[in-house]
Amino acid sequence: MLEKAKHADPPETRFIAPGHTFGSVTEKISSAVLTKRTPVSWFIGFAVGFALLQALALGVTWILVRGVGLWGLNQPVGWGFAIINFVWWIGIGHAGTLISAILLLLNQKWRMSISRAAEAMTIFAVMCAAMFPLFHTGRPWLAAYWLLPYPNTMSLWPNFRSPLVWDVFAVSTYFTVSLVFWYTGLIPDLASLRDRAKHRLLQIAYGVLSLGWRGSARDWQRYELASLLLAGLSTPLVLSVHTVVSFDFATSLIPGWHATIFPPYFVAGAIYAGFAMVLTLMIPLRRIYGFEDFVTMRHLENMAKVMLATGLIVFYGYQMEAFFAWYSANPYEWFMMKNRWTGPYAYLYWTLIFCNGVAPQALWFKKIRTTPLLLFGICMFVNVGMWIERFIIVPTSLSRDFMPSSWGIYHGTRWDWMVFVGTMGLFLTCFYLFIRVLPMLSIFEVRTLSTSAVAKEESGHA
Amino acid sequence: MSQIFPKSANAWARFSLFGLLLLIALGGWSILLLQRSDFVTAARAHVQQPIQFSHLHHVGGEGFDCRYCHTSVEESAFANVPSTKICMNCHSQIWLESPYLEPVRESFKTGQSLEWIRVHDLPDFVYFNHSIHVNKGVGCETCHGRVDQMPAMQQVASLQMEWCLDCHRNPEQYLRPRAQVTAMGYVPEGDQLEIGRRLKQEYKVLDAQTLTSCSTCHR
Repeated sequence: MLEKAKHADPPETRFIAPGHTFGSVTEKISSAVLTKRTPVSWFIGFAVGFALLQALALGVTWILVRGVGLWGLNQPVGWGFAIINFVWWIGIGHAGTLISAILLLLNQKWRMSISRAAEAMTIFAVMCAAMFPLFHTGRPWLAAYWLLPYPNTMSLWPNFRSPLVWDVFAVSTYFTVSLVFWYTGLIPDLASLRDRAKHRLLQIAYGVLSLGWRGSARDWQRYELASLLLAGLSTPLVLSVHTVVSFDFATSLIPGWHATIFPPYFVAGAIYAGFAMVLTLMIPLRRIYGFEDFVTMRHLENMAKVMLATGLIVFYGYQMEAFFAWYSANPYEWFMMKNRWTGPYAYLYWTLIFCNGVAPQALWFKKIRTTPLLLFGICMFVNVGMWIERFIIVPTSLSRDFMPSSWGIYHGTRWDWMVFVGTMGLFLTCFYLFIRVLPMLSIFEVRTLSTSAVAKEESGHA
Repeated sequence: MSQIFPKSANAWARFSLFGLLLLIALGGWSILLLQRSDFVTAARAHVQQPIQFSHLHHVGGEGFDCRYCHTSVEESAFANVPSTKICMNCHSQIWLESPYLEPVRESFKTGQSLEWIRVHDLPDFVYFNHSIHVNKGVGCETCHGRVDQMPAMQQVASLQMEWCLDCHRNPEQYLRPRAQVTAMGYVPEGDQLEIGRRLKQEYKVLDAQTLTSCSTCHR
């Protein structure tokens, strides 16, 4: 049967390496969790992440004690690292939702190998993003009545006309739906772990988490229905969340922010950044855990193509910003653009153009798309470039106010950097814990891509 | 393979799903209740004053008008805490030997004011003016309660912003004729809303939009 199957599945329908059975897929992925021997690299990575997490703890504690003045914010730049980092992190999350929702609805089977890790990335990235709006309020314990509509003792509602309030709804909805979607997808795999676990405590832990999953036809029918519904719910979120984030800027009157191109350009940038981050995570992961059979060259190449496409949209956005500034004949807009090119932050602007516009052009070449190390390098350029993009948007416009008398300059202080690097620690810590205790690829979905599944389908049709 | 969970685990799982929802709802509800409780607002709390002064006796028993002591309530933001001399108007004649009144006589002799403790203490970021309220027909009782029945002065209202806005949004619920402002146990002659609407017009009470503008109270 297997011999026949090897011939029976032509390369274009094959998403994982040939020769895998249901058993070998389950064994390979679940053993990374159930093994007693944690790889040394895990301890190193976790230690680095956990050490950086302490920077977050320290930074946040000191900011709560001394106030947000520790951040380099002052007139005229009242928005700095906090919003830059918020937008950067929230954008990264978008790839996970695109992979799990839109690609599911489009029946793109290759998503199955990467969806789990990408969704986990989404959740952790949104958690990191949430740190910034939360702590920039200075007194986050009061943020509930500033932002959430509930029957408070002042009988007042938040200002629903403010995009910052829309942000709260967009991001909290996004987090909730992503978490529920991720957990729903985990249930069959948690049941697999429950059944394979040897230790009593593990059996109970995974047993409770798998919510009594039995793998019956009824269970599967409900599962399929639930994940389709959740995919339907998540799909608009891929577009809406970053659109609302872009409204934070676009509804204002600041030159360089007040642009109708912002929503599509932000969404494309988010998917661009997100796929770069998925590749940044998956390239080392598949190597360390030996998942090259499941996350194949084909996956890397597909993701690289998505990056190239969204990267071109983003680059087009940069060019259109410049074009509109000139074509509008608005002196403030045109000054803003010239200031980006030659002003105090010009070195960052040109780094941005190189990182996000020029470097990814290498992805036109198949050789580069299929060489993991080179692809990893390009992704690093994009990760950095997308952060610089938000930096260019925020302080470049704010530091050159309408009146030259109120011009200023902005740089992040060491507390800005500490909290930013700290959120990377939070992300790494969460991600390392995730790959240690949960199956980092979706066992049951990868099983459907295996040779024995293809053979079964073939024989069923025959 | 033996079963990990007993059969009852199914029931527990279902119960805990609903239990969790119930717990979250109850938690939220109790926080909202707690925020409005006397514990948080300090309403009905006992305040220890330098003298055991009884409004029950003076207002309820002797029938003093509020303005006999709180002299500036109609002209000023502050209603006025009476000076020792106002106490001495009567107490230079009656209860001359009473030990309860020793601090009053002491204050009169030395000229050192009695240090009353403020019961209705609004936050410093709120601008409040007694005279405008009294002149527009808001009764003392409306905010301070049945002072004539209080042996020791207590705050009865929450003094929270929603309590202020309740009246600022719809003043007709509470307005009474100016002549009745200091009356205790006032009962409207007829429909309160009808009377309220008429008085609102007659006393030129501003519209709700102005009354609920931020800077009306937060200046």
